[in-house]
Amino acid sequence: MTTTAAPTPGVRKPVAWRRIALHLGCLAALLVMLYPLAWLLSTSLKPANEVIASLDLLPSHLEWSNYKTALDGVNDVSVWRLLTNSLLIAGGAVLGNVLSCSLAAYAFARLRFRFRGPLFAFMIATIMLPHHAVLIPQYIIFNQLGMVNTYWPLILPKFLATEAFFVFLIVQFMRGLPRELEEAARIDGCGPFRSFFLVILPLTRPALITTAIFTFIWTWNDFFTQLIYLFSPDKFTLTLALRSFVDASSTSAFGPMFAMSVIALLPIVLFFLAFQRFLVEGMANSGIKG
Amino acid sequence: MTTTEIPAPARTEKTTPVKRPGRQREGAAWVFLSPWVLGACVLTLLPMAVSLYLSFTDYDLFNSPKWVGLRNYTQMFTEDPRYWRSVGATLMYVVIAVPLQLGLALVVALALKNMKRGRAFYRSAFYAPSLLGASMSVALVWRALFNEGGTVDNLFGTGGWIFKPGWALVTVALLTVWQFGAPMVIFLAGLQQIPGELYEAAEVDGASRWRQFLSITVPMLSPVIFFNLVLQTIQAFQVFTPAFAVSGGKGGPADSTLFYTLYLYDRGFVASHMGYASAMAWVLLIVIGAVTAVLFRTSRSWVFYASDTEGGVR
Repeated sequence: MTTTAAPTPGVRKPVAWRRIALHLGCLAALLVMLYPLAWLLSTSLKPANEVIASLDLLPSHLEWSNYKTALDGVNDVSVWRLLTNSLLIAGGAVLGNVLSCSLAAYAFARLRFRFRGPLFAFMIATIMLPHHAVLIPQYIIFNQLGMVNTYWPLILPKFLATEAFFVFLIVQFMRGLPRELEEAARIDGCGPFRSFFLVILPLTRPALITTAIFTFIWTWNDFFTQLIYLFSPDKFTLTLALRSFVDASSTSAFGPMFAMSVIALLPIVLFFLAFQRFLVEGMANSGIKG
Repeated sequence: MTTTEIPAPARTEKTTPVKRPGRQREGAAWVFLSPWVLGACVLTLLPMAVSLYLSFTDYDLFNSPKWVGLRNYTQMFTEDPRYWRSVGATLMYVVIAVPLQLGLALVVALALKNMKRGRAFYRSAFYAPSLLGASMSVALVWRALFNEGGTVDNLFGTGGWIFKPGWALVTVALLTVWQFGAPMVIFLAGLQQIPGELYEAAEVDGASRWRQFLSITVPMLSPVIFFNLVLQTIQAFQVFTPAFAVSGGKGGPADSTLFYTLYLYDRGFVASHMGYASAMAWVLLIVIGAVTAVLFRTSRSWVFYASDTEGGVR
């Protein structure tokens, strides 16, 4: 995991300066990059008259009432309700993706069946397929089924392995597992199902965790699908509730709006802090092993 | 983490046809595949066919579709200036955002590559905006920062970029560039797989750093550059949330942030012209397919796969 490019000992001396400059550069870049997030946090605690026209990051006093207002929610729907809705959708999506994508991935990675090559190619191609090409008919289907303005259109597709990116990710991981394991399991009398559940799935855990975390964050952040399928305020997610602030052209309630934004970001931030290794490595692995 | 696999599946097994002991193994495979097959048929293939059909109709979701032949397409191309504005905005955005984002990602990845201490920290910290930035929350922050009287205005006297047609697009593009962490992480992983001996040999030959970058780093990294380029381009064509937030859902000012998907949403779900929106979706599909194909085609001349010469390292 450490880099191999260690320069020859003779060239060491000037490198110290370069290293310091590099760190300073990185820190400066980070400062600029993280400024919007710091701004968000500080603005969520600022009194109304300081929000605009003040460059100071620190509020003159902490205005906790912004959060109190935010907790009341939007359109008479409390933040707790919105939070529950968001969690329900994200949780359902995680369960669906982990289950269905790992099943499909196992077939592609390990089992043989007719048309495997073409089907695999098709699966990869759907990663590039713009969502909009299937969007309207999907909407019509869910509309016919009476599922518009319910959570089904947001959750059901995940149980059908429609996010090929994750199938691909898990396939890549499963290919790295030694085949002898399943051969041993087969000799011990395991069929494909038992060896999948008892042998392969536990070993695939890192890929499954990556899938779960990414699904959670992407679903949580997703705006477009929720915008299309949900329209009664009590079904809204946090993301969708924030939308009502988009329409208002002159918002006087900047403080509460950004307090709510902070609440909406909190789960992602927590996920990020807890799982950043999985996230970063999952992202890295998705790219280079193809 | 050694990967000696061949990317395409089943090259070896394909030669052994149905002779294998268990027919039921093939059956088992289809059981594992069944959710995916169902999804692919009902939620991908069928909708694609339906959307192609709808693109030749007038359909408002309530009355049955009326066949109008190519009218949606001709209207789109010849009678709808807003359509072309959305095309222009999207292309402009792709051309600004993607190269800047990838360039920044590469520069930062190169800076972090040889770092001994702090690399893991920087890697995660630079990556964070990629996860948070896709959210409505951050899009709203962005709008406020670039608004009249916002931080950027205060610092540079821009007078609120989001109100200026020429600059609103740049504002959205900057939000994308800000999320360079995801491609950066992939670059970094790619850089770490380049054998250090190559650089040592170049050093001995007296090659300058720039020379080393051009002759070793770029060719060795080219598959990863290509991967990032394709992925980010495809994603950029479909940008929606930031434009929706920055422009108040309208694509303003003066349609300058009326991205393709925003206009598609507007036609389909606000104005209930599902047929027209389907036609737009198909044009998008074709354009993305064509752009990807062109990228793949040009890649032959600049993407270098180690396996081409060494017989399959990766």
